[in-house]
Amino acid sequence: MKWWKYLAIALLLYTAVMGFLGQVPRLAILNETERNLYFHVPMWFGMTIVLAASVVNSLRYLRNPSSRLDILAHESAKTGVLLGVLGLLTGSLWARYTWGTWWTTDVKLNCAAITMLIYLAYLVLRGSVQDEQQRARLSAIYNIFAFAVAIPLLFIVPRVASASLHPGMGGNPGFSKYDLDSHMRLVFYPAVIGWTLLAVWITEVSCRLAFVKEKVYEKQLDKQTA
Amino acid sequence: MSLLAEIWLLLLKDLRLEWRQRTALGGLLLYVGGTVYVSYLSFSFRGGAPPAPAWNALFWVILLFAALGAAGRGLAQESAGLRLYYYTVARPEAVILAKIAYNFLLLLALALPALLLYSLLLGNPVQDEPLYVASIALGALSLATSLTLVAGIAARAGQAGGGTLLAVLGLPVLVPVLLLLIKVSKNALDGLARDASQGPIVALLALNLIVVAVSYLLFPFLWRS
Repeated sequence: MKWWKYLAIALLLYTAVMGFLGQVPRLAILNETERNLYFHVPMWFGMTIVLAASVVNSLRYLRNPSSRLDILAHESAKTGVLLGVLGLLTGSLWARYTWGTWWTTDVKLNCAAITMLIYLAYLVLRGSVQDEQQRARLSAIYNIFAFAVAIPLLFIVPRVASASLHPGMGGNPGFSKYDLDSHMRLVFYPAVIGWTLLAVWITEVSCRLAFVKEKVYEKQLDKQTA
Repeated sequence: MSLLAEIWLLLLKDLRLEWRQRTALGGLLLYVGGTVYVSYLSFSFRGGAPPAPAWNALFWVILLFAALGAAGRGLAQESAGLRLYYYTVARPEAVILAKIAYNFLLLLALALPALLLYSLLLGNPVQDEPLYVASIALGALSLATSLTLVAGIAARAGQAGGGTLLAVLGLPVLVPVLLLLIKVSKNALDGLARDASQGPIVALLALNLIVVAVSYLLFPFLWRS
């Protein structure tokens, strides 16, 4: 096992223990739910990073097609979807206890939902093309196109939007205080690194599985032709 | 031949083809007209015109599905042999830009009569008419730019249910565009000051620029397959 995997385990254990037992400021309405900062936010960090990896691999595929790059792009996107779904679930749970509803019309929530839709569409596209090279090329093109559209969505629109209930926005003063709390930072930064490493780890394992499957398939083909 | 001249020739070719097979355009117009008429009948149960926000939303939904139908025909109808022929005579960049321009004109030709019929049957609560028409023109442009490349991908993916695939791939890309468009047209509906619509219009133009640029860069790869 590589050293960074031990680091991931250590950081996530630390996050889980300190995240639930550590000190958090007492704030009205939020109460203990602000511990979600250690889980919800890092998941979006991890998602953004693996999705960026996916689009980089798609770009590399178009320049220089190989099944390895296609698998890398596909598995990264799948991990991104997994983390995105977890991010939505943790966010939704948090919203239930602070806003009193599972889902509401809010810029950031809509952007997150659209991103998920884009990557689910990417997976549907992959499923509907039979020919391998065709599938790899079409999905790479769609991946880059969708990413170029999602970027302004994810990073610019929520910052430009005037009204949002979501933390990190005006109208929710509790959060500027809590972001500055030094106890929370001690857990939050390791949590970001830990979850991101976990995302990379999951992607690595699923890529290896995909490579092995490809090899087994090729061997079977060889046997049939021989 | 310069790129612009190529685009112009390809656009003329598409328009001529469309004009020769008027049934296709007629089919789309009939589809839009039929949808508008069905909405009119559905709302007549509640005694006439729908409330203004619903009026606006419904019109955009009708336009959205008309655009999906129109874009699905554009690139999908060309056979593999024809594609190979274009490949020898034109640059892929010219092909995609001409297709975007053609889709834009087609959508405009669908949307404006649709608005006319829609206002006739369901009333017209719009207070700032020029801005509303401008938002529809902008909508035709945005729908054309975002759907053209996606339609190309869906057409190559082929298979049964190519239409469903286009909707699945196109909708996530279109949602932000539609949200901005509906914001602008709602401002026009309520007759707000023009300044209020400036932000979303600029955002839409910027988004269109990104989408056209990305289509321009990616289409040569799509074309090759």
